Amino acid sequence: MNPFLITGARVIDPSRNTDGIADVLVVEGRIDAVGRNVSAEAQVRRIDGSGMVVAPGLIDLHVHLREPGQEHMETIATGAAAAVAGGFTGICPMPNTDPVIDNQAAVGFVVRQAIRAGTARVYPIGCISLGQKGQQLAEFGEMVGAGAVAVSDDGKPVVSSQLMRTALEYALTFGIPVADHCEDPTLSAGGAMHEGIVATRLGLKGIPAAAEEIMVARDIILAELTGGHVHLCHRSTRGSVALIRRAKETGVRVTAEATPHHFSLTHDACEGYNTNAKMNPPLREDADREAIRQGLRDGTLDCIASDHAPHHYDTKQREFDEAPNGIVGLETALGVGIRDLVTPGLMTLPELIARMSTIPARIFRLPGGTLAVGAPADLCMFDPTRRWEVRAGDLHSKSANSPYLGETLIGQTVLTAVGGRIVFERGVSKTDA
Amino acid sequence: MTIGAPLGKDLVGLEHLTADQIQLILDTAEPFKEVSERPIKKVPPLRGKTIVNLFFEASTRTRISFEFAEKRLSADTVNVAAQGSSVSKGETLVDTARNLEAMRIDMVVIRHPASGAAQFLAERIRSNVINAGDGKHEHPTQGLLDLLTLRDRFGAIKGLKVAICGDVLHSRVARSNIWGLLKLGAEVAACGPATLLPRGLADLGVTILPRIEDAIGWANALNVLRLQLERMESGFVPSLREYNRIFGVTRDRLARAPNDLVILHPGPMNRGVEIDSDVADGPHSVILPQVTNGVAVRMAVLYLLAGGAPDWRALGGEER
Repeated sequence: MNPFLITGARVIDPSRNTDGIADVLVVEGRIDAVGRNVSAEAQVRRIDGSGMVVAPGLIDLHVHLREPGQEHMETIATGAAAAVAGGFTGICPMPNTDPVIDNQAAVGFVVRQAIRAGTARVYPIGCISLGQKGQQLAEFGEMVGAGAVAVSDDGKPVVSSQLMRTALEYALTFGIPVADHCEDPTLSAGGAMHEGIVATRLGLKGIPAAAEEIMVARDIILAELTGGHVHLCHRSTRGSVALIRRAKETGVRVTAEATPHHFSLTHDACEGYNTNAKMNPPLREDADREAIRQGLRDGTLDCIASDHAPHHYDTKQREFDEAPNGIVGLETALGVGIRDLVTPGLMTLPELIARMSTIPARIFRLPGGTLAVGAPADLCMFDPTRRWEVRAGDLHSKSANSPYLGETLIGQTVLTAVGGRIVFERGVSKTDA
Repeated sequence: MTIGAPLGKDLVGLEHLTADQIQLILDTAEPFKEVSERPIKKVPPLRGKTIVNLFFEASTRTRISFEFAEKRLSADTVNVAAQGSSVSKGETLVDTARNLEAMRIDMVVIRHPASGAAQFLAERIRSNVINAGDGKHEHPTQGLLDLLTLRDRFGAIKGLKVAICGDVLHSRVARSNIWGLLKLGAEVAACGPATLLPRGLADLGVTILPRIEDAIGWANALNVLRLQLERMESGFVPSLREYNRIFGVTRDRLARAPNDLVILHPGPMNRGVEIDSDVADGPHSVILPQVTNGVAVRMAVLYLLAGGAPDWRALGGEER
């Protein structure tokens, strides 16, 4: 593992509340020094950071890596490659694979495949219920012992309030959050997109905002009852934001995430039956998108997670009703965040990095999210002004089901290091001594 | 509007047509009405064209109407029903489309249970695609034949008040009617239980009338939609009996209606549910003229998409 020195970059570290031009020296896998005119031995590789931002590696609490079972869509190795290409050094795969990750051996498999891939750190999420069937609790303790950092039945909601209550209580022993995909399936059944004027015009069955909000309200009430930590995945409606805001004011242990697509797109993206705009929860209305943005700005929504959900192109090239939900997002998250949150002035770049790195690390109690001296050198360097077009052939993910294809994003990762090892580079100018 | 492709390549819906294009189709249909009244019901404009009628959903009326329209224009036609085809063996719609394309057909008429299927096909093949009903989206030729029937009765669409009654939520006929009527200057209302009216109708410019009595008192014409039995089973209405009692178009309810109130129904009817027999068979009904106009409208659409001049006689259509 070779040491390297990034010189003259804008170094942003939300964990220490710092933002300024500095050099960053990485030695033996750790941050060795951050400051002006850092000196290093002559043989240390110099990387010109002028015009670039160096930040703690991004951390995504919500991805789908499809392995085991659907390796034609993505593998842990290709998902991790997509992650580091997007500036992510830590990702949390959801357990809805085939078979599902509901036991210690399965968690161990994910961990081992990630080590084999050798790029991003992969922190598995285990199932709440055995087989994601919504009945019997999975062995949280054993899964945590094998490396799981949270539990979730994501992809499916936890329908039984009793199971959700038990999960929140039982998780207290292990200090892990219970992440819920909030959806009342009796209200959303058969729905293909947001219930509203676009669904009416296209003749598609809608999913009302209430399907999400009812479960958000329930989870908040159960978190209050149990004292457990509930983490609400991919919130999409203005009603959810209002419920979470009120819960936080009363001190309930609730954290929440929003996806780039929910703060950047609306149900208008489904026009023309665009299956790359089909996801669950669905893209909502303008007022919802605005509420998500405000929620991220004021901290009601703690973090940004991509909900990276690769699908093979065959399955997306279908009738809208038949196409699967989800889009890839690891490689576009930063560019969408800078374009749609930072550039319009909704938040500063350090605030964006906090919501994509430092804060998610805290929520799942993960290492990372910091450039403190002595910390493992998980970092990313990106050009915050580079405009780039999203093209299917350029993505590192095995799938290219993105609603941003053909769009221009702002800000692109040029270098990612995990544990001090450079695992991704994109045209870095080298000033080697 | 250029002669040769006055409607573009496909007809997937009325939403994206202009008022002029809709008028053109209706005007083009007028002379075709007469073809069906001849002893020899055939004119040559589509001679040598091959047309596939691709029906992924059961249909009698629409499929036969299209087939007559095609044959009366001298096209060669093939009917494909989803049952017994490669579709039932798991072939995807995109593969079906590519295979049709490879056989060098000229036009496809598609009926499919998924909204957007016609557009999906249209974007993937060079042939003309005509939507014969896609899911809950549109059924443009039904909308057009309803417009033609109303125009026959009232002389013009502009200013007419038309109430669409019943299961608007699941109805492609309703959507095509709404677009066509609004574009031609009619006032449109929707009437039915709130469980069967989709969100956002008012934003489209449609008035909501909660009671059938209100619709009868307001409208020049009622377009009464079929209430499918499944709607009761999936809980949208408690029973067909109550539906008839509260929302049915019955003779009693029409007692005070003006004589020129017109009643349309896209068929097939559930007599005694959304419409009573003595209404369907009575003086207000234009249900059979609708069927007759269906053939003429479909001839007009096929003819225009095939590149026919707006006056079909210019291409050598035979006079009697």
